[in-house]
Amino acid sequence: MTLMAHKADFKARGRYLLRDVSIAVEPGEVLAILGPNGAGKSTLLKVLAGELAPSGGKVFQNGRPLSTISALDLAQERAVMPQAASMTFPFTVFDVVALGRAPYRKVSTRQFDQKQVSRAIKLADITHLADRAYPALSGGEKQRVHLARALVQLWGMKDANQTHGASDGSISAARFLLLDEPTAGLDVAHQHAVLSLARREAKECGVGVLMILHDFNQVLSYADQVAVLSAGEVVAQGSVSDVMIPELLSSVFKSRIRSINDPAGGVVLISQSA
Amino acid sequence: MITVKQMVTALQLQLPVNRSALFLVLLMIGLCAATIMSLGMGGVEISVRDVFVHLGQRIGVAEVGIDAFDARILDSLRLPRIMRAIIIGAGLGLAGAVMQSLFRNPIADPGIIGVSASAALGAVSMIVAGHLILGSYYAAFGPYGVPVAAFGGAVLATVVISILSRQDGRTDAAIMLLIGVAINAIAFAGVGVFTYMADDAQLRSLTFWQMGALSGNGATDLPALIVMVLGIAYLIRLGTPLNLFLLGEAEARHLGVEVEHLKRRATVITALVVGAAVAVSGIIGFVGLVAPHLVRLATGPDNRYVLPASAMGGAIILTAADAVARIIVLPAELPIGLVTGIVGGPFFLGLLIVEKKRRRL
Repeated sequence: MTLMAHKADFKARGRYLLRDVSIAVEPGEVLAILGPNGAGKSTLLKVLAGELAPSGGKVFQNGRPLSTISALDLAQERAVMPQAASMTFPFTVFDVVALGRAPYRKVSTRQFDQKQVSRAIKLADITHLADRAYPALSGGEKQRVHLARALVQLWGMKDANQTHGASDGSISAARFLLLDEPTAGLDVAHQHAVLSLARREAKECGVGVLMILHDFNQVLSYADQVAVLSAGEVVAQGSVSDVMIPELLSSVFKSRIRSINDPAGGVVLISQSA
Repeated sequence: MITVKQMVTALQLQLPVNRSALFLVLLMIGLCAATIMSLGMGGVEISVRDVFVHLGQRIGVAEVGIDAFDARILDSLRLPRIMRAIIIGAGLGLAGAVMQSLFRNPIADPGIIGVSASAALGAVSMIVAGHLILGSYYAAFGPYGVPVAAFGGAVLATVVISILSRQDGRTDAAIMLLIGVAINAIAFAGVGVFTYMADDAQLRSLTFWQMGALSGNGATDLPALIVMVLGIAYLIRLGTPLNLFLLGEAEARHLGVEVEHLKRRATVITALVVGAAVAVSGIIGFVGLVAPHLVRLATGPDNRYVLPASAMGGAIILTAADAVARIIVLPAELPIGLVTGIVGGPFFLGLLIVEKKRRRL
């Protein structure tokens, strides 16, 4: 029960954007994707989300090939937080978050939807913005709106009934959350808030989380697994402690990266100009 | 204390929904009122009371009917005409609202992707060159020729647009819009050529096509009107998928919308509705753009309300414009496209200015 790419290629106009990528998002774990600009991180996320069909290889979600799953079924098993979403019509923040409930409109009730939306709005710390028009928000605020929207989609019909057991088949399938640079445009406090929210979904609800990150130390503190992409290929993959070593990162990012001991415990990675 | 707080939040959550639903009810009442008023207006004035009595008699509530002459006017002239106004207005208003969501662009309108113009080109070519195209069949097919050609023009434009705007298996909305601009230019040039070729009698009926007329073509309109009603019934239920579409195509897909499928279906059916509207009444601009905008001022951007409200708003606008067109230059009648332009244009402009100020503040 994973979301996995198996030997996936993606070719656009004769150029490989992804080449022979095999990667698996395991339930209950946070997988970070690292890599320089143009390495194919967002392309990989789009392939895993079913937005782009791989030109070679296969993608499976919960054991089924992605191409055989309907958009609605996919939407009930995984949520995506995009890097930037435009919306020119003046929906309120509450309404934008509520759009995340759309995959469940046939099975959910209005009361339950509103309860979930309110909870996500509180978690994403946008309660004070709930009645504001979405297009008037700043970039960081918009990011948090989309996080809340992804959360209500991810929660699905969980907790809908008093009995916490699985009430229909779809609940037993693993769920996945894909985040494309979730910390971009956020202040430090909100960066940590977003990342801990994602980690909590993984640890407490068994969600498989994939996130594209740029900050090494965020990878160290919030991820379990990490995959490093470079020029469309996976150059390193494994547990955070195995992969996040200065030598490897230095060569991939073509920048001097050092590990220094943190007096408060653990290590921090810092980068300096070469 | 807690219960009061809960009630307030519950009310706040419920309020916008109720407001929009209330607005739909108000529109419905407005449409009925506009219909009744319009039935009484025209060359022969018929009192509102008589209109009610006549309608009552027709559905079997009232025993005694009204004056036979007035009854004939209502039955054979005004009722069919107002039914056309309602269906065409609803179709155009709804088509505008759907296009705006589909292109995620508040200025999109059925006219803009060239569908209206191509339909007009079809109609105009049939009016001017019908006897050449159909030859000896012209006598038999004559009355059906014009609406069918208008319809054909609309469908052809849609097919061309959807083929040309596909790239790497996806439809690009921006390219689609640009192709629409090109098709518009070609179609209007074609209309110009036929206008140049036309004789005096043909010129007169061309003018009617280009300015819009609700007088209709009798029973030959029926197939087009049925197509419109079916199209409206399909489009009006697309509220939620189109809301998701406003987030972006990728996001709509993430949220479970079969994007390509929706895009293709919605575009084709919108084109059918618009083509049918042009087939019946010629080009009536403006309704498709204005109805959704007016409606959004009251309901907000939520398509679940905007779509039905745009349909009703379009119907009200066209019914009212038709009433004005019938009485303003008695005993003649003004082409309805002129009314929607003259009255609606400045009104819309004023509204935009007010809205712009309000948003600045």
